[in-house]
Amino acid sequence: MTSTLTREKHLELYYYMRLNRELEEQMVRLFRQNKIVGGLYSSFGQEAISVGTAYALGPGDWIAPMIRNIGALLVRGFKPRDILTQHMARYTSPTLGKDGTSHFGDLKSRHVVSPISMLGDLIPVMTGIAMAGRYLGQKIVTMTWIGDGGTSTGVFHEGLNLAAVQKAPFVLIVENNQWAYSTPVERQVPLRDLADRAKAYGIESTIVDGNDVVAVERTAREAVAHARSGSGPVLIEAKTMRMRGHAQHDAAEYVPKETLEAWKKRDPLDRYEKFLHENKLWDAKTKKEIDARIAREIQADVEFAENSPFPPPELAGQGVYCEGCHTVEADWRRPKEEVMPPRSSVKAEWPMKLFTGNGAQPATANKGAAKSKSGKKPARVPARIKAGR
Amino acid sequence: MAETTYLEAIRQALFEEMDRDPAVVLIGEDVGVYGGAFKVSEGLLEKFGWERVIETPISESAIVGAAVGMGYAGLRPVVEMQFIDFIACCFNQITNFAAKSHYRWGAPVPMVLRGPCGGGVHGGPFHSANPEMYFVHTPGLKVVCPATPYDAKGLLKSAIRDNNPVLFFEHKFLYRRIKEDIPKSDFTVPIGKANVRREGRDLTIVSYAAALHTSLEAAGGLEKEGIDAEVIDLRTLLPLDRETILASVRKTNKLLVVHEDTRTGGIAGEIAAMVTESAFEDLDGPIRRVTSLDTPVPYAPQLEEYFLPSAAKVVAAARELAHY
Repeated sequence: MTSTLTREKHLELYYYMRLNRELEEQMVRLFRQNKIVGGLYSSFGQEAISVGTAYALGPGDWIAPMIRNIGALLVRGFKPRDILTQHMARYTSPTLGKDGTSHFGDLKSRHVVSPISMLGDLIPVMTGIAMAGRYLGQKIVTMTWIGDGGTSTGVFHEGLNLAAVQKAPFVLIVENNQWAYSTPVERQVPLRDLADRAKAYGIESTIVDGNDVVAVERTAREAVAHARSGSGPVLIEAKTMRMRGHAQHDAAEYVPKETLEAWKKRDPLDRYEKFLHENKLWDAKTKKEIDARIAREIQADVEFAENSPFPPPELAGQGVYCEGCHTVEADWRRPKEEVMPPRSSVKAEWPMKLFTGNGAQPATANKGAAKSKSGKKPARVPARIKAGR
Repeated sequence: MAETTYLEAIRQALFEEMDRDPAVVLIGEDVGVYGGAFKVSEGLLEKFGWERVIETPISESAIVGAAVGMGYAGLRPVVEMQFIDFIACCFNQITNFAAKSHYRWGAPVPMVLRGPCGGGVHGGPFHSANPEMYFVHTPGLKVVCPATPYDAKGLLKSAIRDNNPVLFFEHKFLYRRIKEDIPKSDFTVPIGKANVRREGRDLTIVSYAAALHTSLEAAGGLEKEGIDAEVIDLRTLLPLDRETILASVRKTNKLLVVHEDTRTGGIAGEIAAMVTESAFEDLDGPIRRVTSLDTPVPYAPQLEEYFLPSAAKVVAAARELAHY
C-alpha cells in the first residue's frame, strides 16, 4: 500500500495507535484493581480505524466518537488523563464525574460531541452540525462511527436519509467488527457488505480493510474531500474484528476461537510496524523512543488520575440547566446579510429545477424494456417531455 | 391594535425572532412551501429562504437530532412537530440526548420543539394528545403550555432565546378560537412564572392551556353561586412556579387542579404533593382534581366530550370543595 503521507505523519499515526492500545491495556489493569468505577470497553484490534479516520480531518471539522473510538479522541487532542479520569469518575475528568467512559466532548475548540449510549443517534446530530456548518459558511466536515449492530437502528436510517437529501458534508464510518455484543453480523444484517446500506440513500460508499491504517487514512481523506466539496455524505465500511468481549466483563466465549486466531495475524499494529520497517520510515531506535514516550505519558496521567479527588456529592444537584454559564455563539464565516431579508427572500414554490426525475416527470421506457424482441429501438422520447413541460 | 389569534401570535414570534437573529432557523415537515399543517409557518419561507426554513423527510428522530447538532454549532433551531403526538417518535433524542447534554458535559442545547397538542377537535387517539408529563419528568427540559396569544408570543420568544431545550405545547383548540390585543413592540414572557388570571377568596383553581379557559368559564358560573374562585394559569409546567401556587393556597385554603391531560401522573398529582409538603396547615379541605379520563383520547364527539374536563365538571368539583 502506497501512501502520500510524510514520514513525520506516519510516525504520528503509529504514536496514536500505540497510545490507544497501551492506554486501554493500562485501563484493563486498573479495572482489575477495581479502580474503574463502571464498564470498560476495548478497541483492541480496531485502533487503525479510530486513528486513521480521525487523522483525515482538519482542525475545524467535528467528530462524535463511539465507545470504541478512544483513538479518535487522542487524535483530536484529548490526553490519556481525560480518558483515565473519566473511567475512574474523578472530579478532574472532563465531565467532573457526571459521566464516564468516552462520554465527553468539547464544543468550542476540539469540536468533539459526546456520544450517548443509544446507537445511531449521533448520525442526525452530526448531520445537523454539518448543515449548520454549511449555513454558517464554515466548509467543515462532520464524522461519526457506528458498529455493524448499530446499523439496525431506526435512527441510523432516518439520519443517513436526512444527510443524503440534505447533501450534508458528513462521513459515516461503519466499523464492522462482526459482533454486536453476542450477536454475529449475519444475524444482524442480511447483507454481505454493510457498505450496501448506502445504496438505499443514493450516497457514495466504500469498503476498506479496517486493520490497515494507511488504507483507512487514505480512504477517509478521500471521503472527507468528497463531502467537503459539497457532493454529499459518504459511508465507509471498515472491516475488522472485535478481539475482546463486548466489555471487560464479557469473556466472549461465543466467538469461535479460530476466528480470533485468524484475525490475530492481521493485527493492525503489527502490520503497521512491518509497513514502517519495510518502507524504511523508522528504525528500532525511533520505535523505542516513541514507545518510551507513551509509557511516560501514561504513567504520569495514571498518577494524576489516581491522585485526583472524587467529586463533591452535592455536585449531583448542579448543572441541569444552562443558566448563563455557557454562551451559545455561532462562528459566522459568511456575511449574515445573505441569510436575512431581502436577500434571503424567495418565491415560496417548488421550482422545477429541484426535481431530479424521481417521479416528478412521466416515466420513460427503461433500458431493459428498450431491448424489444425485434431489436428495434423504441421511438425517442420527445424533448419537451424530457424537460417536463 | 388589531385582535391577534393564538396561532397568529406564534407566527409573529417566529417572524420577529428570525428577523432579529440569523441564528434562528425553523426545521420540520411541510414547514416551507405549505407553511405547516396548521399554517403557523406560512410566509416564513418567502421571507427567510430555504436555508432557514428547512423541510425534512418524515423522520422525527432525525429532525430533533439535527436540531441538537445545529444547537451545538451555535444556531437556535425551532423544530415543528406536525402534531405533538409524533413527539413519541423522537423521545430518545429529547430525553437522552438533548435533556442530559448540559448536565453530563456542559453542552447547552438551545432548541425549541413546538407543535399542536390537545383535544376537543375530534382528532382521535393520535392527533389529540397532551404528552407534556413525559417531559416534565425529564430533568434538563423546560415545558411551556401557553393559554393566550400574549403568552404564546412572549413565551415563544423567551424559549427561542433560552439556552436549554424547551418544549412548547400549542393547544390546537385555541389556535383560531382565542384572540386578544397584543402589543406591536418586542416583548417576552418569562419561562417558569405562573399568572393569576382571576383573583378570588374561596378557593384556588390551578390550570393551564385550554383547560384554563374551561376553568375561567367555570369561575364565572361559580361567581353567580356566590363562590369566589382564584384562577392561576401555570403557563410553564417545568420549572413549576411553586411560590405563586403556594401564595394562593395560603390565601384561599382550598385547591382544585384542572387539566386536560389524563389523571394518573398528571401535574395535579405533583402540585398536590408539593402543596401538602409545604402548606398542609393552610389547607381547609382535600385537594381535588378535574382531568381527562385515564384513557386514550377517543374520536366520537360524544366520547371525547365525556373524556375531557368541562366547565360543568369544574363547577361541580369547585362547589363541593367550597362547601367542604
